[in-house]
Amino acid sequence: MGGGFIRRGWVKLVITGNHAVSYGAKLARAEVIAAYPITPQTEVVEKLSTMVANKELKAKFIKVESEHSAMAACIGASAVGARSFTATSSQGLALMHEMLHWAANARLPVVMANINRAMGPPWNIWSDQTDSLAQRDTGWLQFYCENNQEILDTIIQSYKVCEKVLLPGMVVLDAFILSHTSEPVEIPPQKLIDEYLPAYNPKYKLDVKDPHTFGGLTSPDLYYELRYKIQNSMEDALSEIKRADSSFKRKFGRGYGLVEEYRARDADTLLIVSGSMSSTAKVAVDMMREKGERAGLLRIRVFRPFPKDEIRRVVRRGVKRIGVIDRNISFGSEGIFFQEVKSALCNEKRKVPIYGFVAGLGGRDVTVEDIINIKKSIKSNNRLKDIIWVGVKK
Amino acid sequence: MKKSGSKRKKSNKKGIKTIIFKGHKDMPPCAISFANTMYNKTGKWRSIKPVILKEKCTSCLLCWKFCPEACVSIKNKRPVIDYEYCKGCGICQEVCVKGAVLLEEEKK
Amino acid sequence: MGRGKKISPVRPRKRSYGKRSNGVRFSIPQEEIMSPGHVACQGCGATLAMRYALKALGRNTIVVIPACCWSVIDGPFPYSSLGVPLFHTAFETAASTASGIAAGLEMEGNKDTNVLAWAGDGGTADIGIQALSGAVERRDKIIYVCYDNEAYMNTGIQRSSSTPYGAWTTTTPVEEFKSRPKKNMVEIIAAHDIPYAASANISYPEDFVGKLKKAKGIPGAKYIQVLSPCPAGWKYSSEMTIRLGKLAFETCVYPLYEVEGGKYIVKKPARKRPVEEYLKHQGRFKHLTKTGIEQIQHDVDLAWEKLLRKESI
Repeated sequence: MGGGFIRRGWVKLVITGNHAVSYGAKLARAEVIAAYPITPQTEVVEKLSTMVANKELKAKFIKVESEHSAMAACIGASAVGARSFTATSSQGLALMHEMLHWAANARLPVVMANINRAMGPPWNIWSDQTDSLAQRDTGWLQFYCENNQEILDTIIQSYKVCEKVLLPGMVVLDAFILSHTSEPVEIPPQKLIDEYLPAYNPKYKLDVKDPHTFGGLTSPDLYYELRYKIQNSMEDALSEIKRADSSFKRKFGRGYGLVEEYRARDADTLLIVSGSMSSTAKVAVDMMREKGERAGLLRIRVFRPFPKDEIRRVVRRGVKRIGVIDRNISFGSEGIFFQEVKSALCNEKRKVPIYGFVAGLGGRDVTVEDIINIKKSIKSNNRLKDIIWVGVKK
Repeated sequence: MKKSGSKRKKSNKKGIKTIIFKGHKDMPPCAISFANTMYNKTGKWRSIKPVILKEKCTSCLLCWKFCPEACVSIKNKRPVIDYEYCKGCGICQEVCVKGAVLLEEEKK
Repeated sequence: MGRGKKISPVRPRKRSYGKRSNGVRFSIPQEEIMSPGHVACQGCGATLAMRYALKALGRNTIVVIPACCWSVIDGPFPYSSLGVPLFHTAFETAASTASGIAAGLEMEGNKDTNVLAWAGDGGTADIGIQALSGAVERRDKIIYVCYDNEAYMNTGIQRSSSTPYGAWTTTTPVEEFKSRPKKNMVEIIAAHDIPYAASANISYPEDFVGKLKKAKGIPGAKYIQVLSPCPAGWKYSSEMTIRLGKLAFETCVYPLYEVEGGKYIVKKPARKRPVEEYLKHQGRFKHLTKTGIEQIQHDVDLAWEKLLRKESI
C-alpha cells in the first residue's frame, strides 16, 4: 500500500473489503445500483443502501428479487447511459451468467464486485475462485485484488477502463480473507476522483431523440465481425488498464499494473498466484530469500484480458521453473490460472517447466509453510504432473 | 471504432435507406439499427391481392385500422394500399363491412 | 386499495384523432411509428398490438423486448421497424431490464419517457414471471404489456402456461391436448395490488389505446395483457385475426376488464355467444369432442360469473 501519510481532505478509514467496495462505488458515483443479498457480499449492499438512504450517494438502488434481475437492471440502466453497479458472490454470480454475456455483448460498461466464494453443494461460504473463473468467457474484464485499498482503487479504475473499451468489469476479492477483514484504507477526496473519472457519456444509448434498436437479430454475415470487435477491445483493454493505472498513480500515489512482481527480478523459481494468497506468498518468498534461495513471485492482477506479454517478459529473464498456485479447479482438467499461464508460454522458444498446484479450495487455509513446501516440491519434482494437490488428507 | 460514420447509407426517393458495412471498422460496437425496415419489400410474399373498390368505399378506415403491415394510408380521404409491403393477409377484406375490398389472385 | 394515490376509476373517453378538416375521423392516433417491412407472418395479431401500443404511447417511449416473436418481427440488424429506441433483452428479463432503464432515466432527471416492456405470454407467465412480480411489487415506473398468443409461437407453437384448456400445440399433441387451464396472469398481477392492470384485445384498438393512455398517466407499475391471435399457431386463415379477437370477447373466453386501484371494471358483450363459435374456426381446437367443448363452456361461464361478482364488490 502506498501513501503512508495522510493529506489534507483525504480520509483514512479502517474498513472491511466489502465496505471498500461500497466506498469505491460511491466515489465512482454509481447512478443505478441493483443488487440481491448473498453471504459474504451483504455488507456491500447494506452500506450502499445506507449511503443512498442518507443521500451521501445520489443513486437509485433497485432492490431486485434475484441476481439475474440485478444484472438485467444494471444492463438496462447502462443502456440509457447511467453508470451502474452491482455486487454478488458464488451462486449469485452463477445465476447471473446469462446476463454477464448480455452485458458484454451489448457493450455495456457495467462494473460489479464479486466476492470469491465456493460453489455448492455442499454449502460453503468461504473463499474459492471457481465462481468468477467459471465466467471467464463472458467478455468481462476481471481484476483479482490483494488488499482492501486495491479493491477501492480498482472499482474506480475499472469504470475508467470499461467505459473506454465498452466492456463490463468484475472486481474480485476473496471471501472473508478480504471481504470481512478490516484494513486501513485511504479514501481520496471526491473532487479528485471526479477529475480522474468524468461522467459516462456513451455515443449510442437509448434516447428518444435519437432512436436506435440495440441487439436485433444478426446474421452470420455480420455477427462474426461484432465478435472480432469485442476481442479487439479486450486487447485494447490491456493498454487502457496500464494507462488508467499510471494516471491513477500520478494522482493518488498508488498503482498496481496488470501483474505485480515481487522479488522476481533474478528469480530462478517463480511462483504465480492471485488474490489475497499473494500476501502469504510474499512472506514465504522473503523467508526463502533469507535462506539464499532465488525465489520470486508474480501476482496476476488482471485475468481478463490475460496479460500474456507481461508474463512472458518476466519468464524470459531467466526463470528456470514455475509453480502456479490455484484456489480453483476446472474439473477434468486442472487449475485455471495454470492453464492460462501454460497457454501463454507454450510457444516460447525456451521451454520452462510449469507445475500446477491446487490449494485452499472452499476456504482451506494456505499457509506460509504450504507455500515453502510448494517451492520445495518444484525443485525435487522432475516429473511434470497436471495437478499437484496441496495438503489433501490421505 | 474510428469513424462509425463511414458506413454506406443509401437513400432513394422514398427515403428508404439501405446500409452496407464495408468492414468491421464501419460497424458500431454492437448491433445497433440505423434505418427502418422499409428496405424489405414484403409485397413479394403476397399470393392474394386486395383491391379497394372506389365506388363502394365509404372511407370508414377499418382497413387502415386493422392492417398489421401499417401499409394502408389515407390519400384524399381514401384508403390506399401500398403493394410494395402488403403481404396479402386478407384482413382488410374480412373487416370491410361494405364489401369494398376484393381479393384477387396475385399474378407473378 | 391501500397505498399511494387513490385513482378513481374512469372509463376511457371516446375521442378522435387527426384533422377533422379533411373529413376523415380517426378513432386511434394517425401517426405510424411502426414501419412496414417487418417480418411478421401474414395476419399477425402481435404486430397489430405493437402498432396500436406505439400509437397510444407516442415517440417518447423506450421499448424493451425479451425473446419472443417480436425479437424477430422487428427486423434484422442494422434495421428496425420501430421508430422508438428498442432494447432486445434475454427471455426472463423484460421487467427487470425495464426497471433498470426507468431507474437510469430517473437519474437523468427524465420523468416523462414511457418505459414499455413488451413480452409474449411465455416470457410473462412462465420464464419472466419472477422478474415481473419483482418489478410490480417494487412499483417500478414501467408499462408491462404481455401480447398473449397463448403459446411459444416464435419457437414453433409449444405449450405455455398461457395456453388455454383443450388446445393443441406441438408439445400437447391432440392425443394429449392441454388438459390444464390457462394461467390467469391479470389476476396474479392484480393480487400484487398493482395501481393498474387490464386485459385488452387487438380487435378493439380504441379500447386498447385508451387503456395504454390511461396506464401512461398512472404512477408506478402497470400491466396490460392483450390477446393477439396467431394464424400460424392457432391454425386459422390469416384474414380471420380480427374476427377471432371479437369472438374471444363476445364468447367471454377472453374478457376485457380493468383493475384500477383494486376496482374491477368489466366490458360486457351485447350478447354472450356460445364458445363453440370461437373454437370452431381454430384448428388447434378441431379435435375437441362435444364433452370437451361443454367443459370449456362450463369453465368460461364460471370464470365470467366470478369476474362479474368481483366487479360488483
